[in-house]
Amino acid sequence: MEATTSNGKFKVIGTRPIRHDGVDKVIGRAKYGADYSFPGMLHGKVLRSPHAHAKIKSIKIDKALKMPGVKAIVTSADLPEAANKLEQAGEMAINPHYLSMNILARDKVLYDGHAIAAVAATSPHIAEEALKLIQVEYEVLPPVMTVDVAMKPGTPILLPDLRNREEGADKQTNVAQHYQFKRGDFAAGFKAADLIVEREFTTAMVHQGYIEPHNAVGIYNADGQATIYCSTQGAFDVRSLSAQVLGVPVGKIKVVPAEIGGGFGGKTTVYLEPLSVLLSKRTGHPVKLVMSRSEVLRASGPTSGSKMKIKMGATRDGKIVAAEVWMAYEAGAFPGSPVGAGAMTILAPYTIENLQIDAYDVVVNRPKTAAYRAPGASNAALASETVIDELAEKCGLDPLEIRIKNGVREGSPQVVGPPFKRIGYIETCEAIKNSDHYKSKLTGPYRGRGVATGFWFNAGMQSSASVNIHTDGTASVVTGSPDIGGSRASMAMITAEVLGLAVNDVRPSVADTDSIGHTDVTGGSRVTFATGMAVYEAAQDAARQLRERAAKLWEVKPEDVEMRDGMLSLKDSSSFEKGEGKPPMSVKEIATKLARTGGPISGRASVNARGVGPAFAATCVDVEVDPDTGKVQILRCTIAQDVGKAIHPSYVEGQMQGGTAQGLGWGLNEEYFYDDKGTLRNTGLLDYRMPTCLDLPLIETIIVEVPNPGHPLGVRGVGEVSIVPPPAALANAIYRATGVRMTETPMSPPRLLKEILKKRAAEETQSAAAD
Amino acid sequence: MARLFHFNMAIAVIPALLRKFTNGRERVTVRGRNVRELIADLNRQFPGIEDHLLEGDDLRPSIAVSIDGEIGPGGIIEPISETSEVHFLPALGGGS
Repeated sequence: MEATTSNGKFKVIGTRPIRHDGVDKVIGRAKYGADYSFPGMLHGKVLRSPHAHAKIKSIKIDKALKMPGVKAIVTSADLPEAANKLEQAGEMAINPHYLSMNILARDKVLYDGHAIAAVAATSPHIAEEALKLIQVEYEVLPPVMTVDVAMKPGTPILLPDLRNREEGADKQTNVAQHYQFKRGDFAAGFKAADLIVEREFTTAMVHQGYIEPHNAVGIYNADGQATIYCSTQGAFDVRSLSAQVLGVPVGKIKVVPAEIGGGFGGKTTVYLEPLSVLLSKRTGHPVKLVMSRSEVLRASGPTSGSKMKIKMGATRDGKIVAAEVWMAYEAGAFPGSPVGAGAMTILAPYTIENLQIDAYDVVVNRPKTAAYRAPGASNAALASETVIDELAEKCGLDPLEIRIKNGVREGSPQVVGPPFKRIGYIETCEAIKNSDHYKSKLTGPYRGRGVATGFWFNAGMQSSASVNIHTDGTASVVTGSPDIGGSRASMAMITAEVLGLAVNDVRPSVADTDSIGHTDVTGGSRVTFATGMAVYEAAQDAARQLRERAAKLWEVKPEDVEMRDGMLSLKDSSSFEKGEGKPPMSVKEIATKLARTGGPISGRASVNARGVGPAFAATCVDVEVDPDTGKVQILRCTIAQDVGKAIHPSYVEGQMQGGTAQGLGWGLNEEYFYDDKGTLRNTGLLDYRMPTCLDLPLIETIIVEVPNPGHPLGVRGVGEVSIVPPPAALANAIYRATGVRMTETPMSPPRLLKEILKKRAAEETQSAAAD
Repeated sequence: MARLFHFNMAIAVIPALLRKFTNGRERVTVRGRNVRELIADLNRQFPGIEDHLLEGDDLRPSIAVSIDGEIGPGGIIEPISETSEVHFLPALGGGS
């Protein structure tokens, strides 16, 4: 099929080539972390706490160590004390003290599944059996499972050393942080409002749901150098975090990122990686650890459950004049929920003159939360986008009209203060408004249509790239960004575009931490933006060198040479007549002469990318509700998203669809079931109900391209914002189908049926009273 | 030589929870050629506020600085122009 471009400006960008890594993945040759195997390799397993909250009185490993085949057992006593202060690590700020305590519990276990000890043995089965011989004596404490309980005076304290600045240095607390954002006078704003809506929302903790469990193979050499093979979103972060936990210099660790079977933010931290090195050091053998699905659910991820109270006021014509928000997010066992981001996103799509947002990061006896696609924003949008929907109804406005009326544009102030640069919020709303889906009629009982919108910042950060010209005129592009969503293809496309090559003449690869300059995580929707910027600059560097070589051959100045569509020629303005004994040369031709003109050409670039372009999305969903069971069937779903510039539209659409699918699952079914002892009861994917293809229609996508002026190709990040609107869009659709406003996720059959029955009973009571 | 004595006047937008140091003022005029100098001047005007923005000789890891709408990866060494508006924000991470 002939390649086409979306705007005719580019030859490669905007086309849809087959991904370079596709064949390996389709035929099963791609190597994932668990596929790595080395001579003499041992297998590790982790002993995990059966209690949500308990003091560890003693750990006895003697019996387990005597078991044939067991080679080593490590506990927190084998880890150095790590600094108890926040440190920057890639895109995250982490506290090494708490990170270390999450890798292996010290004095207390803080959630069901908290790691206590790790065993290395000659087989995984022996290692598993050995776990049963480790004797741990606990003093069980009451579990603290919700923010309500955690924030109550007199509640058991999880972390005796945790303090926050407001409560002071003497006060033990479960509240790690309070954020506040304030603008104008919200009390005066509410006085000016004709209509006020106030509601309270609760969202359940959910998992990222990556298919591939965490894994790591650690090899410690006698010379003190270690290598880790693992599934990660950020090899450099694994290196720095593991170094922190193990107390070794960063330069002593090399991390080789394997292919990755999903991450969605959950693979931006470490769990097994330091243990694999520690066990390898102890035994002298490579050690592999792979989590089971149950371990993934009990002890990795998730993202926060939350509680939010929101009050918004509007004038009768639909202008929102005031908002007040209180929100508390579960951080899990250690500080660091995404509540700050939730607070900064909850009202981000709107210009509201008077607002106050108070947000609290609260520790509870659940796994330490990790990033999850637009962390904190989906929870927040459920609250704000439902209330705005209600305001639209009270004002008699179309739900998209109220959003367009109050929506942010270039120059509008963000919640955090600075004005937006060029953004596409209004364009995404307009795209849904003008879509075939929104214009279509939805008829039938218990059917409803809902819309919602969302915002995500996107990130810049550090990336490195190199572009090498081969002697046959093909090229390779090397980056340090693990490829989760097809970024290798995008990097090859950017290289091909700049050098005028065919995309299949560019071979993209992802390097280990010794083979490329520092590159932050594949996260924050940053790879096509920031690593793409590094690749663009590296390819420009290679192009510059190619022009210099041509100039050398032609005995002209480099500035007299131009390069277009893979051809080098003299500029019209040069002092030579065009073609005067110097016919244009292709990149392929000049590549054969590299040795004679100065040697290999390698273009390089490293960036700490500025010019981040925020992303907005709008989602429209049609549902049908079974009034007898509360089951929601999704009939149709469309997302419009401002992507800046789609480098590879298929993978952009894939991100839009993937995030939407996860958001729909979050909204409808996904939740952890803990019993009253704080033990997780649904530790498998049969009971942790993620959506399957049977639950979802084909998600329709509308790519909106409002170019980001901060990127040479106009790119914004595309990976996250699609997950933000779906829970709220579902809640709004369910309201129109049933008359019930859902304020709690998941909106699962039992929960929705309860609300439907409550509404029905209230109507019957009212009707009886009227009779 | 004159450059040595030239200080830009910028606007620092104070985070809500630190306005107790600035008598409730949200926007404060400050001098400085970079974020480090801006914070120093802020602390001269409102003693104690620096402790909430700096840790050692760098920004607190939990804080990001936005200059004219752009997060400055250089932190305290980020340059400030005469008309800059500087915001202190919570640092955050993403997920995909």
